[in-house]
Amino acid sequence: MSIYSSFKQKNDIERLVFLINSEAKETINIMEICGGHTHSIMKYGLNALIKDKINFLHGPGCPVCVMPIKRIDAAICIAGLPDVILVAYGDIMRVPGTNSSLIKERAKGKDIRMIYSPLDIIKIVGDKSNKNKKIVFFAIGFETTTPMTAALLEEVIIKKIENVFFYINHVLVPPPINAILDSNDSLIDGFICPGHVSVITGSGIYSDIVQKYKKSAVISGFEPYDILSGTLLIVRQINDNNPSVEIAYKRAVKEEGNKKAQDLVNKYFRVRDEFEWRGFGNIAKSGLRLRDEFKYFDAEYVFADELKALELNEDFKENTGCKCGEILRGKLKPVDCPLFGKVCIPENPVGACMVSSEGACSAYYKYRNF
Amino acid sequence: MNYKKLNGDEKILLSHGGGGRETAALIKDILFAEFYGPDSNIIDYDNGQNQIKLLEDAAILDSPKKIAFTTDSFTVSPIFFKGGDIGKLSVAGTVNDLSVMGAKPLFLSLGLIIEEGFLMEDLKKIINSVVQEAKKSGVKIVTGDTKVVPVGKADGIFINTSGIGEVLYENISVYNITDGDVIIVSGDVGDHGSAVMSQRDGIDMDVAIESDCASLWDMIELVLKQGCRVSAIRDATRGGLAAVLNEWASAAGINIHIEENEIPIKDSVKGFCEFLGFEPYQLACEGRVIFAVKSGYENRVIEILRSHPSGKNAKVIGIAGDKNRSDGRFKGKVILRGIYGVDRLLDYPSGELLPRIC
Repeated sequence: MSIYSSFKQKNDIERLVFLINSEAKETINIMEICGGHTHSIMKYGLNALIKDKINFLHGPGCPVCVMPIKRIDAAICIAGLPDVILVAYGDIMRVPGTNSSLIKERAKGKDIRMIYSPLDIIKIVGDKSNKNKKIVFFAIGFETTTPMTAALLEEVIIKKIENVFFYINHVLVPPPINAILDSNDSLIDGFICPGHVSVITGSGIYSDIVQKYKKSAVISGFEPYDILSGTLLIVRQINDNNPSVEIAYKRAVKEEGNKKAQDLVNKYFRVRDEFEWRGFGNIAKSGLRLRDEFKYFDAEYVFADELKALELNEDFKENTGCKCGEILRGKLKPVDCPLFGKVCIPENPVGACMVSSEGACSAYYKYRNF
Repeated sequence: MNYKKLNGDEKILLSHGGGGRETAALIKDILFAEFYGPDSNIIDYDNGQNQIKLLEDAAILDSPKKIAFTTDSFTVSPIFFKGGDIGKLSVAGTVNDLSVMGAKPLFLSLGLIIEEGFLMEDLKKIINSVVQEAKKSGVKIVTGDTKVVPVGKADGIFINTSGIGEVLYENISVYNITDGDVIIVSGDVGDHGSAVMSQRDGIDMDVAIESDCASLWDMIELVLKQGCRVSAIRDATRGGLAAVLNEWASAAGINIHIEENEIPIKDSVKGFCEFLGFEPYQLACEGRVIFAVKSGYENRVIEILRSHPSGKNAKVIGIAGDKNRSDGRFKGKVILRGIYGVDRLLDYPSGELLPRIC
């Protein structure tokens, strides 16, 4: 059996479905935080297999979805500056800003390149024809991708490279979860927490969920087996009235996480006072920025004058029919939105949850197994 | 001017497309040398059944009564990939487009648009692939054109091939698909897309996946000449299996039900797709065909396909318009029954395939 199939075996899945369906006493509301989980659930139809006992709510864990439009506009603005090469992950390329997207700007001739690993930027630097270019990395992602950005910065400093800059949009998982739980009308009984985040951070980041809000938090991988075994652990915690942080992904996650990666992030990043989340608004201490001593690498500092002009623009107004805010908080599902599948489709996304292929609306639209 | 022996670093210059001596030398020493041998007579060449006047403006050909005619342009990055190159692709692609219409491929044109600075050695390799691939189905390259564009105006090389085939088997059409037709795929899907994407800048993954690029006339003819009742055949190229099935479902106005468990697909392709967030059924194939056959013929078709090296992993993957499973919500859609028995939609691919990070 290959690593690909070993966590998808039908008999394992059927056993977990049986246990969940027989052990859960009543319908349990579980928010899977990460878009990757939402996609696995929809793709394999896990929601349909346990629909009588588990109501999956889809959380804010897609960093592309929650990126405010004005930060996309800022990236487009930077890409348009003379001698700039903007480097970005594939996910963000299609996301519409106020008037354009990175993919459209690339078609207009802007030098915008897609990478899979930030360290590929060193290759772009190595190309002699880029000697006089400013290479700007549009860094996004949760705790998972931040260490890769930090590793690139470290490499840039060691190699004394002077033409690489960072437009930092890294965000943190726990603050929006706490924000959701702070609103009194939350239905959520427990959380499936993203395994790849805890590979880096360890399990401790969810202690508030358990101690302050008395909800279950189970860290899970992305295979069908991982998600259902995480779900079963939540069912059992609720049955035992014992909300706690558990790891259902022990082959990858250690309680303490990856210390080396954490140190690297702490060395280069500080927490911003607040950061705007699309669909949420400002959330305190939810985003990262380079520490002041590295400001000469920080695109927000280096291109401050150029970006200031954008700030004067009136804020983008979301379509009032769009329910992404409620969907990201687990209050509604994509199908509850009047725009879903009608005016809001992947080719013409209206709100946060449809803009990225990892968003909840995008998953519902793609698989339509609801 | 003589390009018979290359040092390995000669490059295509704009003058090679200028129509003068350089063009003539390029055509003689690179193109004709590969097609007809190193000392072919440039004035008049006996190509077997058809007299090809090498320096005329058009090829004069004997035409069968009913012909199929098709054209396709090829651009691929990287130009050389595991399991093939743009030359092989440009012949196999057009040969397959004729073949799936029941037409025996006879003649191809070969149009080259080459970027200034392209390595002559690479061009020679590509033309060699064209020749080798054409031999496999017996198709003849009877006309061609070469243009050179300045640096930056093309991505290395673009190739257009048009093809003429003799229609030997009529009435193969997507509009023939009806309720109960059985859907068959001739082999593993997604190989070409994975092979090419994995070698692309920005992904660069070392996966052991080769393109399935192949000319399929002889395999398709095996099925047709045995009298199997085939409604439609389509080669799955861009958009993969998902695009073909969606086109069929919407043309026939019925749902097509597919069993995910039955779709042949390599674990390495599944893993690659999962890693990057792709749907393997939406990745390009270049050597796979999908058949819709009348119920009762499926076992015979599978048996014939499996007797051919390109069809050894052929499988029945589903059925068109299964009345027992009709779902009022959809019409003209492809419905995939997942590995745990839950149905979901298999949609058209849309937008550029972009790898995800999260």
